[in-house]
Amino acid sequence: MKYSYYPGCTIGTTAVEYGLSTDAVCAALDVELIELEDWNCCGASSAHSLNHELALALPARNVALAQAAGLDTVIPCPACYQHSLAADKRLREDENWRAEMEQLLGFQYNGQGRSRHLLEILGGDLDKDALAAKVTQPLKGLKVACYYGCVLVRPPELTGWDDPEHPMVMDRLLEAVGAEPVDWSWKVDCCGASLTLSRSEVVVELSSKLAEAAQEAGANCIACACGICQINLDTRQKDTQIPVFYFTELMGLAFGLPGTDKWFGKHMIDPRPLLKSLGLA
Amino acid sequence: MNDNDLLIRNIDTSFAELVQERSGENVRRCYYCQKCTVGCPTAYVMDYKPAQVLKLIQLGQKDTLLRSTAIWLCVGCETCGTRCPNEIRLAPVMDTLKYMALEEGYAVPETAVYALHRSFMDSIKLWGRVHEATMLAEYALRSRGAILSDLGMGMQLILKGKISFLPERIKRLGEVRALYKRAGSESVKGGGS
Repeated sequence: MKYSYYPGCTIGTTAVEYGLSTDAVCAALDVELIELEDWNCCGASSAHSLNHELALALPARNVALAQAAGLDTVIPCPACYQHSLAADKRLREDENWRAEMEQLLGFQYNGQGRSRHLLEILGGDLDKDALAAKVTQPLKGLKVACYYGCVLVRPPELTGWDDPEHPMVMDRLLEAVGAEPVDWSWKVDCCGASLTLSRSEVVVELSSKLAEAAQEAGANCIACACGICQINLDTRQKDTQIPVFYFTELMGLAFGLPGTDKWFGKHMIDPRPLLKSLGLA
Repeated sequence: MNDNDLLIRNIDTSFAELVQERSGENVRRCYYCQKCTVGCPTAYVMDYKPAQVLKLIQLGQKDTLLRSTAIWLCVGCETCGTRCPNEIRLAPVMDTLKYMALEEGYAVPETAVYALHRSFMDSIKLWGRVHEATMLAEYALRSRGAILSDLGMGMQLILKGKISFLPERIKRLGEVRALYKRAGSESVKGGGS
């Protein structure tokens, strides 16, 4: 399988272990990712807060690049993913706007090439038996609270590939690699997102509640699919110290891929003591 | 809500229609079940809760809303829009109110929130992508040091190699700049800092 790849701004920096583990896991599964040439930032939480036009035009440029590449585009960040979908929708539905974008960006919109989230590809498309066949080290004893966060599955009219209140794709994926997902009710509650710098006490409150709820549900770790969710949960827990993984890191660990120690060394809450106690590291 | 906030002389009769038109959301359908407020992660720090924001729109309380903290504390998580029995998505409504507040020159009461958004957008304009180190430096200036409490964490992130010093500038930055130019500067003027 071959896809275009839109890494987004966090993959090279605060979410570096998400990028590294994504590369490794996709290579192991013969999912080829070709980085979009000259991609730009989607505007994240800020563009839509200040300027409606920029919020759609910035990701529209990436949609144009993806279309030129001629493949579906894999996006690891839920916010980038949601903004791409929103821009694509407007390109599809708003003729005048489409014409303006086509002129400014020098392309002709044809609707080819969809934006898809990494979890949707690895957890939704791939055959669970094929995944299980790659496992050399089942993640036995790893009781994981699968945390999807806010915009990965919302708004459902844009995303729509998993239940917006009770998604299960990550749970099934991590179960297939031997982990033990717990039932819990906070899968799609927001961590506070971009308020982490400007109103950090709000994010401390929300992220701590999530971590406490995970612990109460019997989890010994959390898995997520978003650079902002991960850094918020990894840095803003008050009274708990629950390791927060990217789902790709756990897949890589189960597949026995090299490099896991480097990924885990990037975490603020070191997950290696937990993994050692379970005989997984 | 203060008793003084709702004044008949402050009613802007065209406000609900305008918000509806710009946001694309039918705000008149709200029958105040308050499901949005109950599910909102940041309602507890807002001056007006999400359902109250909708009610104030219906009542034409433009001035009250454009001064509110609520519109800046909505993080756009889409919980309310997903659950609304009348299919009103509040996130685009909140964004519309932010645009109106900026266009009309209201000071943003959440100065740090606004400072971060501005610094972020300036970074994209400069590089085509966000470059954390310079973006955070601008944010520290704009927010008058709001970030200093996180200095320790910032150091740890640098030590772990999670904040890069060298920015990556995209090749065809001119295209991104053209998008900025087309979008106008009217929505990013004003504000609190």
